[in-house]
Amino acid sequence: MKALSQRRRHPLAAIALLLLGLLVTGGLYAVAGTVNEAKAQTTTYSAQDVEQGEKLFVANCATCHGINAVGAEPGAHGFQAGPSLIGVGAAAVDFQVGTGRMPMQMSGPQAQVKPKQFDEEQTRQLAAYVASLGAGPAVPSEEVLDTTKGNAAKGGELFRTNCAMCHNAAAAGGALTRGKFAPALGGVTGEHIYEAMVTGPQNMPVFNDANISPEGKRDIITFLHTIEEQGSPGGAALGSLGPVSEGLLLWTGGLAVIIGFTIWLTQRSS
Amino acid sequence: MSATSSTENYVPKTSVGRIANFVDSRTGGSAMVKELGRKIFPDHWSFMFGEVALYSFVILLLSGTFLTFFFNPSMAETHYTGSYVPLQGVEMSVAYASTLDISFDVRGGLFMRQVHHWAALLFVASVSVHMLRVFFTGAFRRPRELNWVVGGVLLILALAAGFTGYSLPDDLLSGNGLRIIDGVIKAIPLVGTYISMLLFGGEFPGTAIVGRLYVLHILLVPAMILLMIAIHLFMLIVHKHTQYPGPGRTENNVVGYPVGPVYAAKAGGFFFIVFGVVALLAANFQILPIWDYGPYDPSPISAGTQPDWYIGFVDGALRLMPGVIGNFPFEFVILGHTLSLNVLLPALVPAGILFTLLFTWPWIERWVTRDDREHHLLDRPRNAPTRTGIGVAGVIWYCVMWAAASSDLIATHFHVSLNDVTYWLRVLFFLGPIVGYIVAKRIALALQRKDREIALHGRETGRIVRLPHGEFIEVHEPLDDYHQFRLVNFESPEVLPAQPDANGRISGKEKLRGRLSRLFFEDRVAPVTPAELEAAHEHGHHPAIEETAAETAAETQVTGR
Repeated sequence: MKALSQRRRHPLAAIALLLLGLLVTGGLYAVAGTVNEAKAQTTTYSAQDVEQGEKLFVANCATCHGINAVGAEPGAHGFQAGPSLIGVGAAAVDFQVGTGRMPMQMSGPQAQVKPKQFDEEQTRQLAAYVASLGAGPAVPSEEVLDTTKGNAAKGGELFRTNCAMCHNAAAAGGALTRGKFAPALGGVTGEHIYEAMVTGPQNMPVFNDANISPEGKRDIITFLHTIEEQGSPGGAALGSLGPVSEGLLLWTGGLAVIIGFTIWLTQRSS
Repeated sequence: MSATSSTENYVPKTSVGRIANFVDSRTGGSAMVKELGRKIFPDHWSFMFGEVALYSFVILLLSGTFLTFFFNPSMAETHYTGSYVPLQGVEMSVAYASTLDISFDVRGGLFMRQVHHWAALLFVASVSVHMLRVFFTGAFRRPRELNWVVGGVLLILALAAGFTGYSLPDDLLSGNGLRIIDGVIKAIPLVGTYISMLLFGGEFPGTAIVGRLYVLHILLVPAMILLMIAIHLFMLIVHKHTQYPGPGRTENNVVGYPVGPVYAAKAGGFFFIVFGVVALLAANFQILPIWDYGPYDPSPISAGTQPDWYIGFVDGALRLMPGVIGNFPFEFVILGHTLSLNVLLPALVPAGILFTLLFTWPWIERWVTRDDREHHLLDRPRNAPTRTGIGVAGVIWYCVMWAAASSDLIATHFHVSLNDVTYWLRVLFFLGPIVGYIVAKRIALALQRKDREIALHGRETGRIVRLPHGEFIEVHEPLDDYHQFRLVNFESPEVLPAQPDANGRISGKEKLRGRLSRLFFEDRVAPVTPAELEAAHEHGHHPAIEETAAETAAETQVTGR
């Protein structure tokens, strides 16, 4: 300390102090900047994105969701063609458009999955436009989707507690009331699974970060990808539908083969 | 014993002969082999389902014994450390962990588990099909009524064995199933809660149920099944096997192959065929992936939770039952006790009706027909139209409930509304059996008419011939005697009206019997009489004349009962 205090009046001291201050400030800014970037990597949209998105929206979505996405006027029977999209966030758009559910194929209890209608760039522009209308869940970052950091066992527990009652313990999907259904989760990207949890598309409830933490969501995605990749250890999974498909195979396959053999064995009947 | 003394002077020439003689002179085995070895069994594919059931049971015993070496029926809590990654570190019962170990860490364990489960499904299925065969062919009639009852007991035991086994792995699916059983037990008025507490050793799920079910599953139930099988087969030997009617087959003989050597070889080979089919299923198709369902925890439930197929009809009935109709609730509170008819009715009533009818049917039919003779010749189902109709009604009723157990999968896979599936099945629950009865009975009668046509006129050959005077006729080929026999030789009972008793009075019960007899036999197609046959064949060279003559004969026969 003595050496430092002796040189406090050195002509270069002020410059050194200035450099130090700049270095610390710059360093802090750089750290804060990368943190922000990680979270907001895909959520920063340019004004051009928003503008392009609005054009796409007016041309493709406004018929049901209304100009400015305020939702359609209720029709003859009080049904609304499309809800307001203010505040649904970019994640909702990325899920609905990215999985091909929107634009909707036809009116019905639930939007069906179909081939995507917009490419990634257009989806991003649409998301940018809807995100600009009001604050909502953003598209998840790479960090929360990194399944190498997830725990499949924990994810399995969360999945069985929160998801299996609709999606089936093996994620094979299940029925809901009046033609609605929880889809099978095979082949769904981690991004879309995450977005579905935070936005609650169709008849799904929202699982916000207070219900299931982002780490928990990552664990669930890890679990789903693990069971999908491992296949079925016991042979053909029969749709993972449980005892119904097993019973069906036994009656139509197993018993039929055995009846074939009984006929063969008693062919030369007396 | 004469069997042992008579062989004392016999000196065998070969070493095999000496061993055989040694055993025989001490056990008298040759008498038994002679008796059993000469037993005749008739050949027909539909007679083999009982065998399939027996063989699946043997497979169950073998594979089940293997599983007991590794299964630990403890509900103590543990953390999984085995090789299945998505469950590592998860808290679970020892029973579930040991089932996972059987599946992933015991060599051949998963295959044996799957063999056991597929064999269980096949066991109950073959028992059911065997019973349907016995019912539709009338093989339950005297002297086999008691054996029919033993068969019914075997069916119930098979369900019990299946359900206790289904509940052992302590996975989410089995726990959900047990919870439903617990709910049904608790719905029984007054005693339900006590029975449930007794069964589970306290509040559901407790820590005792897997151990208790295990003892039932590996000891009591299989022992009772074995006992019943022994009785069943003993009675089969005493009664001798039934046979389909045919030339040379009478009520007093059995036409077929002897056990030794033909039938023993066939049956022995068939065992390996059944084992092979089960092994192929087990090797290629996954069954009950307990690792998918996770350990049991009372809070979660999985979509698509169903029981194995044989319990499905009860589950389906529960799904069909409405909780309220309009403003009428099916749940009442009486003096502080809840009476849950919405659970009690569907869980117990359809199964109760099915099994009561099943067990009492031989006596019902005996009472209605007043037929107390011994029957060793079977009915072709078409020749007993009302029995066939009632059987089909029962099958359809069962199938409606069965389908209801998979209502959610019907909804998702056919893209229809789950609610609509339930509504339609509710309608079919009541209408299905009625429509089934009428249609099956009419089909049976129509087939009888067709048989009659063929017996009288022969088969249509499709060959058109032009007669010298210009008329076109189709040539009918008369049947040979062998095939004709089957079409003309069957019993066709007639209506037996209510009979007055010794005092000349007709009791209410007798009136009911008379009415039922009319329901059974009012519509009938009379079998071809020898006279008709002769008349038809005499005119064989003049088909045109034959046609009209036979038609009038048929008409009078059909209408004039």
